[in-house]
Amino acid sequence: MVLGRIPGSQDVRVSCTVNGERRVAEGVVPSESLLHLLREHLGLMGTKNACEQGECGSCSVYLDGVLVCSCLVLAGQAEGRAVTTVEGLAEGDELVRVQQAFIDAGAVQCGFCTPGLIMASHDLLRRIADPDDDEIREALAGNLCRCTGYQKIIDAVHLAARP
Amino acid sequence: MTFIQPTSWPEALEARAAHPEAVPVAGGTDVLVELNFGRLHPSALMDLSRIAELRVWGRESGQVRVGSGVTYSEIIAHLVDDLPGLALAARAVGSPPIRNRGTIGGNLGSASPAGDCHPPLMAARAEVEVASLHRRRTIPISEFFVGPKRSVLGRDELIAAVWVPVATGPQVFTKVGTRNAMVIAVCSFALALHPPERRVGTGLGSAGPVPLPAHAAEQFLEGHLAETGAWESRAPLADSVLARFGQLVAEAARPIDDVRASAAYRRRALEVLGRRALSWCWDEYRGAKT
Repeated sequence: MVLGRIPGSQDVRVSCTVNGERRVAEGVVPSESLLHLLREHLGLMGTKNACEQGECGSCSVYLDGVLVCSCLVLAGQAEGRAVTTVEGLAEGDELVRVQQAFIDAGAVQCGFCTPGLIMASHDLLRRIADPDDDEIREALAGNLCRCTGYQKIIDAVHLAARP
Repeated sequence: MTFIQPTSWPEALEARAAHPEAVPVAGGTDVLVELNFGRLHPSALMDLSRIAELRVWGRESGQVRVGSGVTYSEIIAHLVDDLPGLALAARAVGSPPIRNRGTIGGNLGSASPAGDCHPPLMAARAEVEVASLHRRRTIPISEFFVGPKRSVLGRDELIAAVWVPVATGPQVFTKVGTRNAMVIAVCSFALALHPPERRVGTGLGSAGPVPLPAHAAEQFLEGHLAETGAWESRAPLADSVLARFGQLVAEAARPIDDVRASAAYRRRALEVLGRRALSWCWDEYRGAKT
């Protein structure tokens, strides 16, 4: 759902650090989400837009290091904060371990949910180095995948924990 | 649309007085859904996420003052010992990213009949601290809600904190939904035993227009425990006592038929939840925690 420009709206300027770089967006409508800021103003398409109600996890990013659904954060709430998207995890061409594990375990089919699942798995592995199945399922409970049936995603998280 | 971004509590109260039409946004997990789907067109939005005073919690004279901006994740991580019922409810909310962002103040402000924090706050007899530029008041949780998505919060007021008595006995929260995560409660129930006061607290969620207490169930159990000396003996409770408690919990409900369940299903489920919650709490009280 694309938010139109609202007549009489006082657009705001949002300045934040995205993947280590300072980014500024002009003309942001106050009701726009961080997801909208990333995709429509900053051209970062890795963060996916699906449900816009926090149900699917496709838009997961770090906001000051905390995993959030970017569709449920106002763009203006990111002012001055640090955002890390899926594009910011890898260092150059070197994928982080959990990204490579998703490829190696065959945890990617259509790929639409993958950025969100990578972010949620990355967050889990920062908190719990070697999670069991229950911990993985609870941590990924907010991420929907309609292709894989989840088993290969769980395999991928185990693989990333114990390569 | 105006964007208001106070960075301190006094500034927020001034802004609230000047812009009573502004919709407050804390974690955004409810408000953003309304904005994203075009169901809400406020003339102003007020971001509460920068107010450090709202992000703190602490013990004060037998109670925990939980700032309205404290997230579910923080409640789970830091308040599970003092407020176990609330922590269990917080863990039943949404998913990790929702719990990282959603706040207890937002849960109260949204005043959804299905708000997961409300039943344990009822069972613990919590109070809501609200403030405007000119006054501060505390409202018993049982008087805070007046209908679906409506509370007594004034147009010039903001929720500052919730005061919750530190647990003195077992507390549980239990919820029915289609899966363990990302579920709006079909119905929910919280039970708290308060052994020093020989009192029992209850709270029903998604069972009426507002969170409800089951007073008859509380009185029945308090009477039974007093008459039989069970607070002191910690003797097992008869199945008939558990069953009667469950029935009285169900009778306290005022449910409706809606997309999530029928009223009849909710009554039946609450009967089961009431019975189970009492058996879990009593086992824990007896030290027979399994």
